[in-house]
Amino acid sequence: MPSEHGLLSQTFRIRQLQKLGVNLDKWDFVVALAGNPNTGKSTVFNSLTGLRQHTGNWPGKTVTRAEGAFSYKDNRYKIVDLPGTYSLLSTSEDEEIARNFILFGQPDVTLIVADATRLERNLNLTLQILEITPNAVLCLNLMDEAKRKGIKINEKALQDRLGIPVITTTARYGDGMEALLYAIEQVATNAWPIQKRFKITVPKQLEESILALETDINALYPDLPNSRWIALRLLEGDERIIHALKNNELSALMKSYQQPPLDLSAEVEVLNEETK
Amino acid sequence: MSQSSAQVQDLLNKAERFQSEIGQSVHDQYVEKLFQEAASISKESVTKSSIRYLKDEKIDRILTSKLWGFPTMIGLFTLVIWLTIEGANVPSSMLATFFLDFLYPILKDGTEAWPWWISGLLIDGMYLATAWVISVMLPPMAIFFPMFTLLEDLGYLPRVAFNLDGLFKKAGAHGKQSLSMMMGFGCNAAGVISARIIDSPRERLIAIITNNFSLCNGRWPTIIILSSLFVGALAPAWFAGFATALSVVAIALLGVALTFLASWMLSNTVLKGEASAFSLELPPYRPPRIMQTLYTSIIDRTIFVLWRAIIFALPAGAAIWLSSNIIVGDLSVAEHIIYALDPIGWFIGLNGVILLAYIVAIPANEIIIPTILMLTVLTTGMVDVGSGAGVMFEPEDMSTLSNVLQAGGWTLLTAISVMLFSLMHNPCSTTIYTIYKETKSVKWTVVATLLPYGFGITILLILAAVWRAFA
Repeated sequence: MPSEHGLLSQTFRIRQLQKLGVNLDKWDFVVALAGNPNTGKSTVFNSLTGLRQHTGNWPGKTVTRAEGAFSYKDNRYKIVDLPGTYSLLSTSEDEEIARNFILFGQPDVTLIVADATRLERNLNLTLQILEITPNAVLCLNLMDEAKRKGIKINEKALQDRLGIPVITTTARYGDGMEALLYAIEQVATNAWPIQKRFKITVPKQLEESILALETDINALYPDLPNSRWIALRLLEGDERIIHALKNNELSALMKSYQQPPLDLSAEVEVLNEETK
Repeated sequence: MSQSSAQVQDLLNKAERFQSEIGQSVHDQYVEKLFQEAASISKESVTKSSIRYLKDEKIDRILTSKLWGFPTMIGLFTLVIWLTIEGANVPSSMLATFFLDFLYPILKDGTEAWPWWISGLLIDGMYLATAWVISVMLPPMAIFFPMFTLLEDLGYLPRVAFNLDGLFKKAGAHGKQSLSMMMGFGCNAAGVISARIIDSPRERLIAIITNNFSLCNGRWPTIIILSSLFVGALAPAWFAGFATALSVVAIALLGVALTFLASWMLSNTVLKGEASAFSLELPPYRPPRIMQTLYTSIIDRTIFVLWRAIIFALPAGAAIWLSSNIIVGDLSVAEHIIYALDPIGWFIGLNGVILLAYIVAIPANEIIIPTILMLTVLTTGMVDVGSGAGVMFEPEDMSTLSNVLQAGGWTLLTAISVMLFSLMHNPCSTTIYTIYKETKSVKWTVVATLLPYGFGITILLILAAVWRAFA
């Protein structure tokens, strides 16, 4: 498959980047691509893989999960483009796909693509992801638009506060992609020092309840990647999670995400089972 | 992992107990803290200069205004279709000259030694069907798709969705259906998949069932060609292009109106319920990247659709040739079918040829026009236009083409009926399969397949009766 970048003016080449398209034989690390709708996730996906998944200037373009691959330096990465969502807390199918993958697929790196001109709203999703996994990189995309609108962002402050690498990019012109690759590598290879895991401070009583439930969940499901998150869902009365626990589907759900190669149809079936 | 159900139940009971101890909604507490945190982090790290960026807002005030929203929308789409019609004529006839005047005789001469039925099946059936599809469909697609993609990249489509959002709510459907409908204007199968963005199963089903009313890539060319032959020809020459464009836009708008009507009917009968609220975000206008747009619209759309049409045209061409050369009694198979269908077609302003063409074209709407033309030549015996039974002939220019159709008994009523029928008949086989995959329900797939006929046949019956009463 020819790479579109070979034909176009916006070509960018990074010496150690090799775009592998859909060549997904084996990989060292899995990168999940998450973010709000219309922040340029698919553009980032395309520039890393050399694929030309259709991008469009409107929210909701990617509703399924797209997969591609690239290699950087000595490692091969599989990258999964998740549907754009504003949160991980509701029950629509696109949010379900995104949150299940981040939670159960346990990607090595979750790359969060955010719209730099709407940071506050994009942070809502970022913080929810950070509650699930600390292995994340925040990509502040659309920096050209931010500049046009006179918005300045102190990435250093943001990075310190969130505890993850924060990289500014303009993906459609390839700006910042090299730094982004480097950050992905750092998190994937555990070279990025995680000082503290980001946690949303909740009222004391809620925090205590979470901790108590967490202990029980850990005892019941020692393999579960994030018991705090499950505990919180239970306290909120999330029907799907309760249903999954009752019917012993949680382990099936986890397994379906961990068996490579990931198969979208299997996942949709699991979702359908759940909703029945 | 082995968890006894008793242990799980204990856990769930405990969660419930904590929940009631906490009292107020945990979800609200959590989300409130989350938003506070996001706001404080963003406040710490973002500085905004005092210049407000107003250009987008100014444009939006016009494009999404109550007064100007719809007129601009209709104007823009008319312009795009007019450019397509005006621009496609020349390359279309150049392609036809190449494939039919130049290449066809060479192929015919080269296969002279072969048995007549082999060269007939291959050259007169399959090759000509394909050549026809390419010369008729490629030029309009190569012009229409890049322009449509440009509107999409600029960020215009979400504004259209915004304008239509209120109407969808009134119809008892989800506002996001406006987005899946816009996708349907490219391809209904894609539109059906994109209905996944709708959370509620009820509203998602409505979006899936009604998506076929968005004119898709496969049907735009049919409508464009027929309206330039029959509607454009009625107007004075200087106005012909615009008259054609306006009639195409009218058909597309009728599709939108039917989407609302069908959604409203569904949400008040079998799919009752309240419309759920959502906020539609207007993305910023982005300067389109011209090269990228050309690339994606040519490769992803034009070549994709053309390739699909060719794949289906090859067997269809063979089938048409065979059916018109296998003689049973004193008539060919095709003629038997056509004469049987004629009386049914008459009631809805069509004829047997058109109905048979729609049966042949179930896999791909794209090949309707070539099939109709070929079958017409066959039944009218216009030997001098084509070169015999089952041969897809060459329309040297638009007037030959309309001569053929008129010889087949076509009137303005027939043309309008075919245009309407192509808006309101079953989705193509790919879309039907996609609907089944998305709904996992035979029942809803059948409903989605047959519902358009309900509207189509009703409207065509009335149209034909009224037309004949006055004409």
